[in-house]
Amino acid sequence: MVDLRSNTGGIRSPNPFWLASAPPTNSGAQIMRAFEAGWGGAVWKTLGQPIQNVSSRFGSHNYGAKKTIGFNNVELITDRPLEVNFREIYEVKKRFPDHAVIVSLMVETEEEWKDLIMRSMDAGADGLELNFGCPHGMCERGMGSAVGQEPKVNERITGWVTSYSKIPVLVKLTPNVSDIVPHGLAAQRGGAQGVSLINTIKSIIGVDVDKFVLYPTVGDKSTNGGYCGAAVKPIALHMVGALSRDPRFSLPISGIGGVANWRDAVEFMLLGASSVQVCTEVMLKGYRIVEDMIEGLSEYMIRHKFETLEDFRGKAVASYSEWGELNVNFEQVAKIDASKCIGCYDCVAACRDGAHQCIEPAAVGAPRVPVIDESECVGCNLCEIVCPVQDCITMVEVDNGYAPASWNEHVYQGAAVRYKKGSH
Amino acid sequence: MKLAEKRSETVFQDFKPALSAGHAFAEASRCLFCEDAPCTIACPTSIDIPQFIRKIATGNLKGSARTIFDANILGSSCARVCPVEVLCVGACVYNHMDQPPIQIGKLQRHATDHAIAQGWQFHTAGPDSGFSVGLVGGGPASLSAAHQLRRQGHAVTIYEKRSVIGGLDVTGVAPYKVRADDVAKEIDWLLGIGGIEVRTGVQVGADVTWAELEQRHDALFVGIGLGADSLLDVPGAQLPGVQGAVAFIEAMKLGTVDLSNVRHALVIGGGNTAVDAVRELNGLGVKDVTLVYRGTEAGMPGYKHEWKVAKIDGVHAAWQALPVAFQGNGRVESVRCIRMDEHKKPIPGAEFDLPADLVLLGIGQAKLGELLGGLPGVTLDKGRVVVDAHGFTGRRGLWAGGDCTNGGKEVVNAVAEGKSAAIAIDEYLTTTAAAARQAKEAPHG
Ligand SMILES: Cc1cc2nc3c(=O)[nH]c(=O)nc-3n(C[C@H](O)[C@H](O)[C@H](O)COP(=O)(O)OP(=O)(O)OC[C@H]3O[C@@H](n4cnc5c(N)ncnc54)[C@H](O)[C@@H]3O)c2cc1C
Ligand SMILES: Cc1cc2nc3c(=O)[nH]c(=O)nc-3n(C[C@H](O)[C@H](O)[C@H](O)COP(=O)(O)O)c2cc1C
Ligand code: SF4
Repeated sequence: MVDLRSNTGGIRSPNPFWLASAPPTNSGAQIMRAFEAGWGGAVWKTLGQPIQNVSSRFGSHNYGAKKTIGFNNVELITDRPLEVNFREIYEVKKRFPDHAVIVSLMVETEEEWKDLIMRSMDAGADGLELNFGCPHGMCERGMGSAVGQEPKVNERITGWVTSYSKIPVLVKLTPNVSDIVPHGLAAQRGGAQGVSLINTIKSIIGVDVDKFVLYPTVGDKSTNGGYCGAAVKPIALHMVGALSRDPRFSLPISGIGGVANWRDAVEFMLLGASSVQVCTEVMLKGYRIVEDMIEGLSEYMIRHKFETLEDFRGKAVASYSEWGELNVNFEQVAKIDASKCIGCYDCVAACRDGAHQCIEPAAVGAPRVPVIDESECVGCNLCEIVCPVQDCITMVEVDNGYAPASWNEHVYQGAAVRYKKGSH
Repeated sequence: MKLAEKRSETVFQDFKPALSAGHAFAEASRCLFCEDAPCTIACPTSIDIPQFIRKIATGNLKGSARTIFDANILGSSCARVCPVEVLCVGACVYNHMDQPPIQIGKLQRHATDHAIAQGWQFHTAGPDSGFSVGLVGGGPASLSAAHQLRRQGHAVTIYEKRSVIGGLDVTGVAPYKVRADDVAKEIDWLLGIGGIEVRTGVQVGADVTWAELEQRHDALFVGIGLGADSLLDVPGAQLPGVQGAVAFIEAMKLGTVDLSNVRHALVIGGGNTAVDAVRELNGLGVKDVTLVYRGTEAGMPGYKHEWKVAKIDGVHAAWQALPVAFQGNGRVESVRCIRMDEHKKPIPGAEFDLPADLVLLGIGQAKLGELLGGLPGVTLDKGRVVVDAHGFTGRRGLWAGGDCTNGGKEVVNAVAEGKSAAIAIDEYLTTTAAAARQAKEAPHG
């Protein structure tokens, strides 16, 4: 059997699947149900001075008939009294001693930080997560992403926290920065045991074109919110990858952002994450999605003969190179399996208008299967991406006789580079 | 499990063909993953349908098949033979929208066929319990019970009077849903758990007595299904060319039938067996096939969706017609019928003849409960074995399930009942029977 146990900077859980700090972790009753369903850990809904939320909080980004490929919210931190939260944390830990309960915190003064840290430890929390990420409401009050965007402030507050805390501290990073690395390094200098990322991305989810108000509407107004859900995964993966490959950065990572199933989770782990956190998919489909995540991850590990998470954690990081290191002599072309083609010609339009004009409709009278001019095909993947049929268009490597050479090798060492295609 | 090479049923193609991987993915992605899902509620074996479908969508095909087989060990047969239109698919919430319901049966087939082809086993036999259970009849009810009992470590022996196990799942269901060889594959896979002893050609009651079985085993499960086709007590009923529909279907599924001289075939009855039989005769090449039912089309008990296809196939029907005599010289040549009124009462003088050189009677099957009639503690209700919610008959150590208790339902009901009885048997063995054994073994004094 495979061993799914995970350890993120000293925070241990029976599996790497945690609930992110958000509505699914609002209360002890919820978290206990989640643990029963199989979740390995939960980051409590951020604690601080309880706030007042607005009514209408969420917005959805739909694409065609597909609902909620992206999600946004204007919700703030917990609105429940601190003593209630701490009592429930204690109860959850008592019933689930082996599951990870991490308390997310966001306050202003050193005194307040100290107070909540002590109370979290007293309640039996396994770790702390510092919410330096919330992009709305709290940052205007000098908290959340206002801290996360300022490495010096981040380092100072992380320093306070780590000096008081006897349990591991994760700093939750905001993606609302141009380069994530300095912020991860600030957390590291502050003495954190790990980082978690990403929090939500500053966004306007849409506009009501008839009422001239942004979504989600709060009466006749709205505000920018935090974007999350499936659509943010690529951004989150990049930020996790950027930290993992930076030689100066050495903290464990809890990956967050658009995780909806086991495969997404594996991607984060291959980029270095020790655990993953989920918010939106659970908000949309409930705690029971974890069954497939656990099983899918186990089957994946069995298939690859991995016994522990460490056997594959970070395995894709080495493939993350600078553009200048890519082999410019590698060449592939698109091939169409005529027996599978349904004749929609979406690839014709895409290549003709959006790529390199090398797919043509069939000749008059010939079967309606597009024809690819391989001598012009630059191998960009666009036709394969638009093709609605599985395995109908595939990208096939061709041997052009050139030895592998990167752009850098070409520029600095004069390595030979193949003939440029599609530049007519 | 070995079947004859030459079987008439092999001319049939799947009426609901398998999905391609791409189609299965697209269909699975449409599923709304309902909470407390109506489809699961509608499934007699309570398969967690949203969960298995989600696993297809995430590429976790193995997990998907596991979810299905955990609940229903004949999940591959059921994917094809279940009347999904009135079960899971009929309950899909998309029916309340202007979109077609999820094709649950086909998705279930996608996952389970793959698992069986790959030989994935999801269950192992439990540690040897020291108890042994005898299962009478080798149909879906007993197979489901046997597998569950093996998971719990009990020794199990199936006694089957026929030369093949599988019951009507092999010998009865229409070949355009599933062919006997496909079910045989699933049964061989099911037996892969190991330790299920199968004794074919043993008729309980004749070749071995109940007393012997009760002696030999710590508990018994009875899954003997229904008996022979009911016949009509009218003149000419014994003429060659008049036979039971279930017997005919079995002959066609396990061997060959010669229909080359049949021009006009009649099937008497309005239930599912009769509707299957007309489609089967049609598919086997009989040009003129007529369903003869004493009630109206609207009042026929057979599934509407199946009858609709029979009509599209070109099958005829004689409604409100009751056969009163089979006529012919040494062989059936025609059937005399009488027209019935709306209360299913014959209209005096309204007789008419239908030409026929083959007549199949699909009017019901005998109940086999009498087989247990002599056993104290067992109650029968019109030939049906009476059981409680867990299949217990009232006689110590004796459980029953499937068609012989429910009067004739579907494969999926037999699977559900077999499993639930097995769980009750396990509880009995590990508590009551274990205590009795201990008391016996304890030194006297
Ligand atoms: C023509 C027809 C078509 C059907 N089509 C469908 C369908 O499409 N979908 C569906 O879900 N259901 C269908 N059914 C119903 C379904 O096949 C049954 O509900 C199901 O097989 C019942 O399972 P069982 O185990 O209770 O009994 P059976 O399947 O009848 O199995 C009983 C077994 O016990 C054996 N047996 C009987 N007496 C003895 C004895 N004394 N000693 C030893 N062995 C004995 C029999 O030989 C048989 O193998 C159909 C039924 C018929 C008749
Ligand atoms: C409604 C909502 C409320 C959230 N509240 C918090 C919060 O209180 N503290 C916090 O650290 N992150 C909060 N988040 C961010 C999530 O924890 C998570 O970082 C983000 O949603 C990305 O993950 P996802 O794509 O799985 O949703 C919230 C997100 C949503 C949608
Ligand atoms: S999800 Fe629940 S709380 Fe939110 S609007 Fe609907 S009913 Fe109200």
